Amino acid sequence: MNAIDGNNAAQFLALHDRRGSSSALSEAGAAALRHGGLPRRDVEAWKYTDLRPLTALAVSVAEAPSEAVLATANGLLQGLQLDMHGLAGVARLVFVNGHAAPSLSLLPDAALLSVQDAPAEGSLAPGAMAALNATLGQGGAALRVPGGVDAGRLLLLTLGVGEGDGAVTAHPHHRILLEPGSRLSLLEIAAGHGLYVNNPVLEVELRNGAHLTHVRLQDEAVEALHLSTVRAEVAEGGSYDSFSLALGARLARHEVHATMSGRGAEVQVNGAQLLDGQQHADLTSVIVHKAPACNSRQTVKNVLSGRSRAVFQGKIVVERIAQKTDGYQMNQALLLSNEAEIDTKPELEIYADDVKCSHGATAGALDDDQLFYLRSRGVPVVEARAILVRAFLADALGLIDDEVTRGVLERAVDASWDRRSSDE
Amino acid sequence: MSTVLTINALHAKIDDAGTDKPILKGVDLVVPPGEVHAIMGPNGSGKSTLSYVLSGRADYEVTGGTVAFGEQDLLAMEPEERAAAGLFLAFQAPIELPGVNNANFLRTAVNAVRRARGEPELDAVAFLKLARAECKRLGIPDAMLKRAVNVGFSGGEKKRNEVLQMSLLRPRFAILDETDSGLDIDALRIVAEGVNALRAPDFSALIITHHQRLLDYIVPDHVHVMSAGRIIRSGGPELARQLEAEGYANLIAEAA
Repeated sequence: MNAIDGNNAAQFLALHDRRGSSSALSEAGAAALRHGGLPRRDVEAWKYTDLRPLTALAVSVAEAPSEAVLATANGLLQGLQLDMHGLAGVARLVFVNGHAAPSLSLLPDAALLSVQDAPAEGSLAPGAMAALNATLGQGGAALRVPGGVDAGRLLLLTLGVGEGDGAVTAHPHHRILLEPGSRLSLLEIAAGHGLYVNNPVLEVELRNGAHLTHVRLQDEAVEALHLSTVRAEVAEGGSYDSFSLALGARLARHEVHATMSGRGAEVQVNGAQLLDGQQHADLTSVIVHKAPACNSRQTVKNVLSGRSRAVFQGKIVVERIAQKTDGYQMNQALLLSNEAEIDTKPELEIYADDVKCSHGATAGALDDDQLFYLRSRGVPVVEARAILVRAFLADALGLIDDEVTRGVLERAVDASWDRRSSDE
Repeated sequence: MSTVLTINALHAKIDDAGTDKPILKGVDLVVPPGEVHAIMGPNGSGKSTLSYVLSGRADYEVTGGTVAFGEQDLLAMEPEERAAAGLFLAFQAPIELPGVNNANFLRTAVNAVRRARGEPELDAVAFLKLARAECKRLGIPDAMLKRAVNVGFSGGEKKRNEVLQMSLLRPRFAILDETDSGLDIDALRIVAEGVNALRAPDFSALIITHHQRLLDYIVPDHVHVMSAGRIIRSGGPELARQLEAEGYANLIAEAA
């Protein structure tokens, strides 16, 4: 299917055609894929991330999960040890291979947060993966927090279970609407087992003064592919405060398209990527300042071992009307092996004249003096390295205000790091 | 007589922008248990290099000689093994570890050393109790435990943090590398008291310093003068006072 001249999305389009009835959104996605296929590396936005691991797979769209798949998913859910963090009783929506799994979910109080099935509809979100999501769209959850309500915490758990030949692919499409002055803290965890492709889209709409905290833990199975897209629109005085931690999957890309459309809005797209072996992870963001006096903040840290490769593409667009913009972007990489690689592409497109935008990037190895200091105090070299890696990540993870959520990510980092160190 | 440290004809070099630069050119030194020795000498004489070579820093290459630590071949050991065996280096310029909490760092170090010595590890509560008691004894505010290691510490606080580490790790041999540099008299006294409190038949120390001042507070059993990578003169505490009065020039000229 990965013909050089043919359309590299042909097998996805065949799956689309076979499904028969289709929404306008789905047709729009299919039309985009028919026109250009999935992007190759000659497309600027995909210069550093090669989708051939995806196009080379024999794919299917995941069926509603069987009892056996649900049992595996339940095992994965237990593996997250939510109780350890006091999260076992917190409202959660569980999706298995892109399908809602009510038996594993715990619905929130409807007065605080309403959950409905969201059919795949609306406009096509930007980016090739969103087009693929639309083409094979499964719909998902539509969440709404009423005006002025603090809905507390919600877990969104997406579990992938791959089995048999080829790769099942999941294309859930979730929506979150926060009415004026409301708040929600969303913790999204992606995990799984076997070979599968998780390609979710999340649409976020934040009305005036609404605040969404969106923390993602991408801890997919080692063989899995994770390709996700977030589109967020933030109205006056609202904030989309996000953190994305990439630990798993052999190929991952998280794409964020965030627009501040009202005065004084704020967007944070922070993250960390901790990779090893042949892993490849990409954090790509496009942040658009469309109104005056908005802030955007980005701190992204990468810790790269083995032959892993991390990509950070951060574009900030400041439209002419967006005076008094404050933009900050920082990308740092700790390279723990000679074969690891970081590709960083900051892009600032500024059309307003009264703005403050800064960006920076650093890449380096562990500091020998720090390592020696720890070792001279009796700390074995493996442990000393782990301490310094955690310290490097600390100021990124420290951007997560909520202690419980931060604890979940810190523990995931520790577990991931311990797993790697014991492989050495 | 048994010794804790025996340095024999030690030679070491550093790679200085691609060319070998010999720094230690045959150091001989014996420190028996329970004794405090001071090494004095002008800048560039190799004093700090000696401390780094003894603690196992990688930038220095030993090109000759031996160092015995008790019965062990010190030069064959990793830095962490040296620490576990009871060697401690108080750094001239303590390293900052942003993002590493001082209490966690101290506990990790103490437990690593305890583990290596076959002693049970301390849990967080037991450790904090011990650390607070040491802080109190040394006159160190225990707020220092909550900060990132050495980050934003004044020069004096960094040195006091070194002394705190030393007290907690209970070495049998401590090297203090210019610990007095940049200290006011109060900080100097705290550092000196920290060392004096450890003085015991099974504790020895090597104090590297420029000035006689610290040696007023920690009175050494022996004083050695280092110049151009060798020890050129050894004597009692009076040698330090003589140097303070006369400077190094005469001694160096004599040795040449």
